[in-house]
Amino acid sequence: MSAKLEVLSQNLQKHFGGQIGLLQVSLGEITIDVDVADYQVVMTRLRDEPDLRFEELMDLCGVDYSTYGNGNWSGKRFAAVSHLISVTHNWRLRVRCFASDDDFPSIPSIVTIWNSVNWFEREAFDLYGIVFPGHPDLRRILTDYGFIGHPFRKDFPISGYVEMRYDPDQQRVIYQPVTIEPREVTPRIVREKSYGDVENG
Amino acid sequence: MADIQNYTLNFGPQHPAAHGVLRMVLELDGEVVMRADPHIGMLHRATEKLAENKTWIQSVPYMDRLDYMSMMCNEHAYCMAIEKLLGVEVPVRAQYIRVMFDEITRILNHLLWIGAHGLDVGAMTMMLYAMREREDLVDCYEAVSGSRWHAAYYRPGGVYRDLPDTMPQYKESKWKSSAKLKQLNEARSGTLLDFLDDFVARFPKIADEYETLLTGNRIWKQRLVDVGIVTPERALQLGYTGPMIRGSGIAWDLRKKQPYEVYDRVDFDIPVGITGDCYARYLVRVEEMRQSNRIIKQCIDWLRVNPGPVITDNFKVASPPRANMKSNMEELIHHFKLCTEGIHVPEGQIYSTVEHPKGEFGIYAISDGANKPYRLKIRSPGLVHLASLDELTRGHMIADVVTMVGTIDIVFGEIDR
Repeated sequence: MSAKLEVLSQNLQKHFGGQIGLLQVSLGEITIDVDVADYQVVMTRLRDEPDLRFEELMDLCGVDYSTYGNGNWSGKRFAAVSHLISVTHNWRLRVRCFASDDDFPSIPSIVTIWNSVNWFEREAFDLYGIVFPGHPDLRRILTDYGFIGHPFRKDFPISGYVEMRYDPDQQRVIYQPVTIEPREVTPRIVREKSYGDVENG
Repeated sequence: MADIQNYTLNFGPQHPAAHGVLRMVLELDGEVVMRADPHIGMLHRATEKLAENKTWIQSVPYMDRLDYMSMMCNEHAYCMAIEKLLGVEVPVRAQYIRVMFDEITRILNHLLWIGAHGLDVGAMTMMLYAMREREDLVDCYEAVSGSRWHAAYYRPGGVYRDLPDTMPQYKESKWKSSAKLKQLNEARSGTLLDFLDDFVARFPKIADEYETLLTGNRIWKQRLVDVGIVTPERALQLGYTGPMIRGSGIAWDLRKKQPYEVYDRVDFDIPVGITGDCYARYLVRVEEMRQSNRIIKQCIDWLRVNPGPVITDNFKVASPPRANMKSNMEELIHHFKLCTEGIHVPEGQIYSTVEHPKGEFGIYAISDGANKPYRLKIRSPGLVHLASLDELTRGHMIADVVTMVGTIDIVFGEIDR
């Protein structure tokens, strides 16, 4: 761990000791897990504390963990992962917040802390169905007007449910159930740890 | 007399100044914009979802199609994410080639931007000039990858192949005389590096030409100066990056602050604006082109004297050389496994970023150890910048909306993904 990450992780421990569920350092990045109840408080302090000073939110995205590791996931299903950056200190941080209810995922909005999160939260709502209470304008953003479902959830098929075509009889564009067969060219494979290990296998 | 209500105007998605498929609902009071509501998603292809269903390597060409005006920079962030997860070293020569093509891409992108921005505001000639130079640079794309646009040249572990010794030539036709042909092909008679060297020598003068046309131009300044001012504080709040944040006076550039590849070994400056208006952002981008030109020159000089491998020799990541594949059992197995199953990326998560011509382009990848990403999130700078359009345009005249759309340099491939 580089000296800079060391300082950052110490500062995080100092300010949030108990509020951080898990502080994980890997590949030169720090990830912290924050509970939904503490989310807004922690985020505000991450921005305002002089020895943290994360002035910019770079990214926020939803993640659906339901099929992680071929279904060996025991934790909560939905999370919002945000990436913060400090222009002052030149360091980055990843904050992950799991929604407590899998059937109605809800995570408080942080749009008043960083205005840039506005469209990211709309996107996470659109694609994953995560609701952000406190967001001023939580509409769908990327999918079609009148779209049904949340397409990036793992149980949503990649081909979708409906397809669109021009119907010459009715002389208008219509929606109908998809007619293409789902196919997988390369199967998804998770190998065991010792796979291909000639010395110890 | 009845109250005069706000007028709602639908702008796009089929408007020539909409830069693709932007639809905006503008609420107007007379000619003044009271609210702008951009509707995006017309070009949404669910690249991230598609990537979850493809092996890691199969998604590389999809990256070209995100920001289709700066193709190789997109690939760069994606390949870097895989390399970081795998812990693979990229050979130095490949790093120089990547830096060189990143900067070529930056010039390509800014040229299109200056042309389109000029066109939006009424300077038609800029488009013609910019396309002339872009032609030379897409020829470089063609020389290394065979494709003028969607290159798929960067691969996890390096680049697809070394720089070629020949350039594509103009061929004789009834529109090109042999004398003209000879003149056109003169710079293309040597290697790619010779051709680029010639371009680099010509470019500062070409940039001067652009500036002669625009920088002091009265109409250009009337349309750009003091339009769309963003203070540094707001720029941070709105998540600005790249030329947008530098135009507001914050010297933030990932190439300097968090150097990747060999950016710490090349010499260049970061231009910073003072006023934070559209004109400042214009000046920043023009200066960036000149700085990119400097970087390209340094890369050419290094690449000329330092031959070496351009892709990693870890055959679990990159294919072995074809000749060995034909004569060697182990290489054949590696090739077979790579083609049928793909790379296995260890479990973990990574956020890898590059200083893309438009700002910070990031790839957030989660791997659960499979041959496909578990989740891939593309952080596109254009989406964040477009989200601030409402704030930028509020209180401006309707004609300034077009200037604003131009200044944030949007390409819908990356915004809608």
